[in-house]
Amino acid sequence: MNLPEAEVLLQSLAERLKAIARPDTALVGLYSGGAWIVERLIPMLGNALDHGVLDSSFYRDDFNKRGLHAEPKPSHIPFEVHDRHIILIDDVFYTGRTIRAAMNELFDYGRPASITLAVLVNRGGRELPIAPQISAYDCELTAAQNLQLLRNDDGSFYLKLEDTK
Amino acid sequence: MLNPQLTKDGKLKHLLSIEGLPRRILDQILDTAESFVGVAEREVKKVPLLRGKTVCNIFFENSTRTRTTFEIAAKRLSADVINLNVNTSSQSKGETIIDTVNNLTAMHADMFVIRHSQSGAAHLIAKHVAPHIHVINAGDGRHAHPTQGLLDVFTVRRYKPDMHNLRVALVGDVLHSRVARSEIHALTTLGVPEVRVIAPKTLLPEHVEKLGVRVFHDMREGLKDVDVVMMLRLQNERMSGAMLPSTQEYFKRYGLTQEKLALAKPDAIVLHPGPMNRGVEIDSAVADGSQSVILPQVTYGIAVRMAVMAILAGNSE
Repeated sequence: MNLPEAEVLLQSLAERLKAIARPDTALVGLYSGGAWIVERLIPMLGNALDHGVLDSSFYRDDFNKRGLHAEPKPSHIPFEVHDRHIILIDDVFYTGRTIRAAMNELFDYGRPASITLAVLVNRGGRELPIAPQISAYDCELTAAQNLQLLRNDDGSFYLKLEDTK
Repeated sequence: MLNPQLTKDGKLKHLLSIEGLPRRILDQILDTAESFVGVAEREVKKVPLLRGKTVCNIFFENSTRTRTTFEIAAKRLSADVINLNVNTSSQSKGETIIDTVNNLTAMHADMFVIRHSQSGAAHLIAKHVAPHIHVINAGDGRHAHPTQGLLDVFTVRRYKPDMHNLRVALVGDVLHSRVARSEIHALTTLGVPEVRVIAPKTLLPEHVEKLGVRVFHDMREGLKDVDVVMMLRLQNERMSGAMLPSTQEYFKRYGLTQEKLALAKPDAIVLHPGPMNRGVEIDSAVADGSQSVILPQVTYGIAVRMAVMAILAGNSE
């Protein structure tokens, strides 16, 4: 399967976010890929938007099965969430479970006016009634395939597809 | 020998002492605690990790701060918490520790936090509990107080992140102090190159230098150029006979004053595990001064205990 260029997807994501961003919009990236994307998007969107990062390790539904993530990263939301239009950013959308956990965490900071989900790739396979409103690329992968966003030394993005079985 | 604190695949199952724990586990606890510091600054200071779990604080010996911070930590993880002061309950009617624990297990407790005046009490309980239960030592006799040791190094790391470049001095009653032992193991495991102990000979255990510390009997020599001063409480209640001439004499020689603190580096920080004996081991001007991080220690204690409970609860055989 031919993977699209992650950098091209980032450009297209930025264009689509420009169209919907308002002064009271804030971007929240999910560790780790979503946080990298937010870091790149902020200058592309004019450096004016509030932004933060979330690590939803403490809200995951597989804690009883898998224990705590070995290296949780501190969530950092340096603005009032109450009444803001939040755009959650992730790299690859799969089951929707990470997003469920992230939304639960976000509400512990305050009650946002709205939440929009934007991702680089929607790879199919969701297990919850949660879907991205914006995705720069859609495909259907099998459960045995793993799609990851990675970074080169110069900070540029690329996608890596692996067969895990 | 199998470490009783670890699962077969090397994950933390019980926290009984810092001695014998690999560095990767200490780093995991401290890094996780970093995330929990942020939780306390939010509108909702709770996460759902331990929902449906019951944490039992069993205190066979009195404590206010440790029990309270364990309780807050468990509640911020959404656990149900039961506090038992056993000196006022069944033990006074003759029940053994193991029977007490078995009874609580039958009530579906998932985690025990144990404080006991006998060294090894938490180990004993960990050996006898059902496999799904986790045990945290909240202080056993003179042996260990691992969460206090961890919160102290967490505080040090927050103020002095470059731990490989630090000189740390522990001052006071090392002999009776389980906190001192846990601090020393935590500091050396995390790579602090120079750990000093400063105390009169009567308040040092024999062969203390085998723990990897430099021994000083004179505070003016020992405090020279240190980055961190960790004061220890004078454990009057654990002393028998005349180990000290008087508390006034002790303060003169080993009490931390601004004048003695001036021998340390100008940006040195001062820690104390509490409760403080003001005017015995520490002068109020230091305890309330700009170099004191004694109250931040209490705050970080909650985050560190949350980290320990969250990690344990997720690691089962």
